[in-house]
Amino acid sequence: MTKQQANWSPYDNNGGSCVAIAGADYCVVAADTRMSTGYNILTRDYSKLCKLADKCVMASSGFQADVKALQKHLAARHLIYQHQHNKQMSCPAMAQLLSNTLYYKRFFPYYSFNVLGGLDNEGKGCVFTYDAVGSYEKVGYSSLGSGSTLIMPFLDNQLKSPSPLLLPAQDAVTPLVEAEAVDLVKTVFASASERDIYTGDKLEIVVINADGIHREYMDLRKD
Amino acid sequence: MKLDTSGLESAEPVWATFNELADGFSAAPSFELPNTTDFDGFQKEAIQMVKPAKGTTTLAFIFKEGVMVAADSRASMGGYISSQSVKKIIEINPYMLGTMAGGAADCQFWHRNLGIKCRLHELANKRRISVTGASKLLANILYSYRGMGLSVGTMIAGWDETGPGLYYVDSEGGRLKGMRFSVGSGSPYAYGVLDSGYRYDMSVEEAAELARRAIYHATFRDGASGGVASVYHVGPNGWKKLSGDDVGELHYKYYPVMPSTVEQEMVEVAGA
Repeated sequence: MTKQQANWSPYDNNGGSCVAIAGADYCVVAADTRMSTGYNILTRDYSKLCKLADKCVMASSGFQADVKALQKHLAARHLIYQHQHNKQMSCPAMAQLLSNTLYYKRFFPYYSFNVLGGLDNEGKGCVFTYDAVGSYEKVGYSSLGSGSTLIMPFLDNQLKSPSPLLLPAQDAVTPLVEAEAVDLVKTVFASASERDIYTGDKLEIVVINADGIHREYMDLRKD
Repeated sequence: MKLDTSGLESAEPVWATFNELADGFSAAPSFELPNTTDFDGFQKEAIQMVKPAKGTTTLAFIFKEGVMVAADSRASMGGYISSQSVKKIIEINPYMLGTMAGGAADCQFWHRNLGIKCRLHELANKRRISVTGASKLLANILYSYRGMGLSVGTMIAGWDETGPGLYYVDSEGGRLKGMRFSVGSGSPYAYGVLDSGYRYDMSVEEAAELARRAIYHATFRDGASGGVASVYHVGPNGWKKLSGDDVGELHYKYYPVMPSTVEQEMVEVAGA
């Protein structure tokens, strides 16, 4: 019996880091814009952020082809939702939709690591993090992707929000004001791009608050 | 082989006259399988790439006043702690809890699915499902996926018409009824504490303390367990969360820092 086919490997890792921080009345979602494969940089200007609803933004690292397919699927589902309910999907609803969407491909996963940021029904910031097959968790802040092992300890050190599992419960949102959170995000990416080859070029930051969505950019190392 | 995809049927209302545009989106989705001759090999590789979170300590036991359920909250990928705040005790409905060990997504999704099935049973039969029935629903689903790489080790704990109920269910098809279970990498340590301290006629406070202590000692010896020790009690009126303590702080409760006595005080040498 001869080998029937070459090893089929449909995945690639395009690298990149994502961060999201929830505040009392805002949410910051950020990702770098570098897209790589191995040691090659494919582009220095690829957005990993995707606006899924008025108050809901997803940042995704991993395999960007799968990410694009996922984004298109969610956009279509959200359009149907708008036609059926005549309103935008809430962030917690989108969070569960994303979880189910990822799990439906449990045996052929989307190779994507997503973090969802937005405002909940009371206008409070919320962040949901996912694994590739759809397990999710509501957190105060999160980092995912190639630089997450560098960024996460830094965020833990600066923000260390009390665990939502504690009883008596303590509020999990970060004590920072919006400008401080944006500054922190800029700092963590500047640091990560020093030591992670897959993080760099440019940082895209999206701030979601009662006024809507505001976007800004910052340059990172290009080497 | 045919997969049971009934668990994936959408709970949203079905619109009788819905156009074909939404087909594939609003229709009940089904599991997409990779088009490969080597499913096992692909599965092994794919799961390796998405790195499932591993390492857990969970326990549950029946006693005089009901069922006590406890778990840690750590998720690790190899040596990296990916989360210290995982909700490993899943609230299926106000009378039933499930615990999570193994694949986080597998447990979360199928418990959510079980919650839907239990609610539908309630609406159809005008009474709550028994723990026996609920655990069997889950066990049957997991059995139908046997060999496809699901990883679930769960305990279904609850209160029904027959009193407290506790079942262990896993993705290999196992389903055991029992008085005392612990699941996960820290379970040997938890069993040690649990078995030595267990009595049927404990009070709720004693049982909660035993559960908490068993989780704490498991997190102390098992590197893959840690975070917050959550303790739930299920009684005739449903479940209630009794405590959630950072095990780092619990350590000082079980091993208080003793003020050491000074052996000799330094004194000024006279006339130096």
